[in-house]
Amino acid sequence: MKARYLAPLLLFLVLGAALFAGLQRDPAELPSALMGKALPALELPALDAGAPRFNTAAMKGRPWMLNVWASWCTPCQLEHPLLLQLARQQRVPLVGLNYKDSPDAARAWLQRLGNPFVANAADVDGRAGIELGVYGVPETFVVDRDGRVRMRHAGPLTEQVLRERLLPLLRELAREGHGDA
Amino acid sequence: MRSLALACSLALVIAQGAAAAAADDAALDARARALEQQLRCVVCQNQTLAESNAPLAQDLRQRVREQLQAGADEAAVKRYMVERYGDFVLYAPPLKPSTWLLWFAPPLLLLAVVALLLRRTRRQRRRAPAPLSDGERARLRALLDDGAPAPQERQPS
Repeated sequence: MKARYLAPLLLFLVLGAALFAGLQRDPAELPSALMGKALPALELPALDAGAPRFNTAAMKGRPWMLNVWASWCTPCQLEHPLLLQLARQQRVPLVGLNYKDSPDAARAWLQRLGNPFVANAADVDGRAGIELGVYGVPETFVVDRDGRVRMRHAGPLTEQVLRERLLPLLRELAREGHGDA
Repeated sequence: MRSLALACSLALVIAQGAAAAAADDAALDARARALEQQLRCVVCQNQTLAESNAPLAQDLRQRVREQLQAGADEAAVKRYMVERYGDFVLYAPPLKPSTWLLWFAPPLLLLAVVALLLRRTRRQRRRAPAPLSDGERARLRALLDDGAPAPQERQPS
């Protein structure tokens, strides 16, 4: 067979492979502009009246997780058991960023479902969310000891995300810690 | 009398100030609107910031206006958005190595097709039709001369 008859077939195969690869990607998932960069410094009031204000600077020196949530957000309830489980395992401190919520509703929500967070910052007007490039709730950030964002997950955490991305990363971060200790 | 004049001039000054402020507002509004049309709403991905009613889009519109008000120029506002949401917020993707394919593939493809077409037509023009055989020439002459069908050409055996 002549090469010129084979060319369209090859072209079709290449195009088909490229388009098929495109189908596997989730168009709603955006690349985070913060990946690998320093988490912006945030200084916010605590959700609990009387608790000290939350400052990202206080978290430097150890890996930690930031979970953006709201009581009006249904997927947040979906991932909540996983957050509670992570908190029980005490791998890293879990900080909540309560996004555009009524503090009363947020506190009631935590009371009802359990509180996995060591601290909760209240972002009532959503300004901190914009600093973080949050475009939906929930979102989860993993920050390393140097304050760099190592993982960002938009949408509820799932068993699969935990198993395939989050836990391996947390193990890696723990190893990094032992490295320079 | 003097107090009346004073009051009048004062009123005039205030009115002028208000008019100037209104003009400023309109100019700012136009700039903000133009900018919002170049930015994507990250929640509803196929709408601009100007079109979207998503709460985040409203917040971001407010942020755009605040920054313009504070004296930021368009490039600075865009940079602010890109730092937080990535190049995705820009409707016109920036020119950089990872977007070269995006920017240059269509014109290159067009050039390639035009070149291919040119080559094809030129080759076709160059390929001259084969000269007529003696039999064909005789038949043609007969057709042209009296319109009657010429005798079938006999194949040499």
